[in-house]
Amino acid sequence: MAAPCVSCGAAASYRLFLAGRVSFAREQGLWKAAAAGLQTGTSCQILRLKHSPAVTTKKNVAALRRESYTVDFIKKQIEEFNIGKRHLANMMGEDPETFTQEDIDRAITYLFPSGLFEKRARPIMKHPEEIFPKQRAIQWGEDGRPFHFLFYTGKQSYYSLMHEAYGKVLHVEERQDQLRAKGLFSEKPKTKDPIGSRWLIKEELEEMLVEKLSDQDYAQFIRLLERLSALPCDAAEEEFVGRFRRTVTVQSKKHLIEPLQYDEQGMAFSTGQGKRKTANAEAVVYGHGSGKIEINGVDYLLYFPVTQDREQLMFPFHFLDRLGKHDVTCTVSGGGRSSQAGAIRLAVARALCSFITEDEVEWMRQAGLLTTDPRVRERKKPGQEGARRKFTWKKR
Amino acid sequence: MSTGIMLKGMTRLVSRVHKLDPGRFLHSGTQAPQCLVARLDNQVPTESPRAISRTLENDPAKHGEQHVGQHYNISIQELKTVFPHGLPPRFVMQVKTFNEACLMVRKPALELLHYLKNTNFAHPAVRYVLYGEKGTGKTLSLCHIIHFCAKQDWLILHIPDAHLWVKNCRDLLQSTYNKHRFDQPLEASVWLKNFKTANERFLSQIKVQDKYVWNKRESTEKGSPLAEVVEQGIMRVRNATDAVGIVLKELKRQSSLGIFRLLVAVDGVNALWGRTTLKREDKSPIAPEELALIYNLRKMVKNDWQGGAIVLTVSQTGSLFKPRKAYLPQELLGKEGFDTLDPFIPILVSNYNPKEFEACIQYYLENNWLQHEKAHTEEGKKELLFLSNRNPGLLERLCAYL
Repeated sequence: MAAPCVSCGAAASYRLFLAGRVSFAREQGLWKAAAAGLQTGTSCQILRLKHSPAVTTKKNVAALRRESYTVDFIKKQIEEFNIGKRHLANMMGEDPETFTQEDIDRAITYLFPSGLFEKRARPIMKHPEEIFPKQRAIQWGEDGRPFHFLFYTGKQSYYSLMHEAYGKVLHVEERQDQLRAKGLFSEKPKTKDPIGSRWLIKEELEEMLVEKLSDQDYAQFIRLLERLSALPCDAAEEEFVGRFRRTVTVQSKKHLIEPLQYDEQGMAFSTGQGKRKTANAEAVVYGHGSGKIEINGVDYLLYFPVTQDREQLMFPFHFLDRLGKHDVTCTVSGGGRSSQAGAIRLAVARALCSFITEDEVEWMRQAGLLTTDPRVRERKKPGQEGARRKFTWKKR
Repeated sequence: MSTGIMLKGMTRLVSRVHKLDPGRFLHSGTQAPQCLVARLDNQVPTESPRAISRTLENDPAKHGEQHVGQHYNISIQELKTVFPHGLPPRFVMQVKTFNEACLMVRKPALELLHYLKNTNFAHPAVRYVLYGEKGTGKTLSLCHIIHFCAKQDWLILHIPDAHLWVKNCRDLLQSTYNKHRFDQPLEASVWLKNFKTANERFLSQIKVQDKYVWNKRESTEKGSPLAEVVEQGIMRVRNATDAVGIVLKELKRQSSLGIFRLLVAVDGVNALWGRTTLKREDKSPIAPEELALIYNLRKMVKNDWQGGAIVLTVSQTGSLFKPRKAYLPQELLGKEGFDTLDPFIPILVSNYNPKEFEACIQYYLENNWLQHEKAHTEEGKKELLFLSNRNPGLLERLCAYL
């Protein structure tokens, strides 16, 4: 898949180095191949497998190593992507100049409809930067000397980042001392948005630095950043810290609360819909009532003879302490008795949102009353008796 | 020990007078001593804002509007004589647990009592049909009526569940009296035994008006007491069904004379006109009228006799081949049954109203039956209310696990 080629000569900057199918994360192989490259001179050559001791003839070893891609390969992919984007825009009848990534996604889901449940298994068309993993360019020059001064620590990007951050801390403290010496120092309280952003997690940091970190390293880094952010910083330092924060959206703000509706008699009511497995329910909750619930024209006592189903219906009211205060009329179809009960519960909870305060809506959401249960029946797979059950294993 | 019980009794007395403060309730193992002591210390209940769950008025004849929702006590001796076989099994278990039999006074029963008190015995017997959804209290209302009639010295003809006669019968004999009908010796003999326990004193008074020949050696002469017929049925199980038939015929004939008043109480009367699950030896189904017991009973619930009343219940619970949600007499009786029973007075038995529900919960709390700590709080009561929707049967089942 990756075309082997080597850029020859005394190139100054980073070169992507390929040695057959060897992952260059194996430094031993790299050293030897680099040495071989030096020995065999500057002519273009394809370093073959004979120089790399780590390659074996087994087929699946390749799958274990990460595939490495050359710069040219990536460039070619990007060109192909752009051309493909224009073709796609043409196909869809849109303007190729203003064809964004969202348009691409929409076009692909339209042209290749997929019923797969796993979203990551569906066909995608994205920029090669997002598809091919980021790889480290070679860290040393022709003479074997590494470029970065912290190369021999093993985690050069991490330590350089720590060095930079600490430098900034010292700088800020120095500035503070100067101000205090001049007497112009004033305690400014830090106001930062407490909710709404979070620090990078370890995986994200590893991805950013293209380096493996340990938990202690990560903790140390975060502590340093906290220390920096606690001091009065100016714009440059804020921007530096901001690179390592991600926003967090508050879930409940996405939830729209319908306003109350009023019918002819002036009674306040509200509707809600709910689904569970294959059952669909629609509920109308009236503001003032005595706790009667009518389902498809039948009293809930007759419709759900099982206590468990009635307990499910009781849950939203009991949670909000409004047991005898509302009347409900609902219709439900599909599913079995348990899923119908779950669907009505969801519909009733959604309808009740119009009657209660925002805090209570948030509590309901945290209690799980407002979430559609995503569990559906798993399909039966061929070669097995059921979704998970295999056929009886017979030794002979 | 006794001082301990006395002290406990005192606290209960105090707590009841002080408006049933729930914190004072003591949870102890044995129910019996506390109940006895509580009843000993029982006095005129003071006016409390919550529904009072008990009343001292133990005579059904004196029950009125003011007693609706309250439990009255039936002593264990009376229970054995009046209800040898009439009570529903869950109620029997409850009686055994609480060591007392308390029935709640409810409006449909009061209505029926009012009609019964004002019956004109010269007119043909009036038929009353208690109907309602499952678990609303039809059978217990019937028991209330039977208790009243027993107290008033009527002759009680009580068939506890007619459905038992049309299903699950092991031995069916061809009837000796009529070749086309079938006998059910077991059921008939069991019923005769219970009938005897309930109406001992009448059996010697009533005289048979015909001669009945059982077999070559045994016969009952004209003028002999009914007790002999009943004895014959109990001893000779083969003739039990015929004995039942004779008893029914004689009672019907003689109640018009005015010696006694007859109450015919049948629970699950829709069994008489439905289908049976019994089959002949060649696997062909048997219709109800081919069963001798059913045939005779049908004659009994016709209103061509005077001097008594007929109180019936239609129920889906034991019925065969009827949908779960059916509760109206029309649906359960079918066309044939409805035409036969027409005209009748229908009485609807519905779920508890809020006051009755409160009273029921109070009764359970007083007997220390609800052990959950939230049971006596308002929220607990609301939960129970929601879950059972004030249906008495369901409430009882729910409380069984609390």
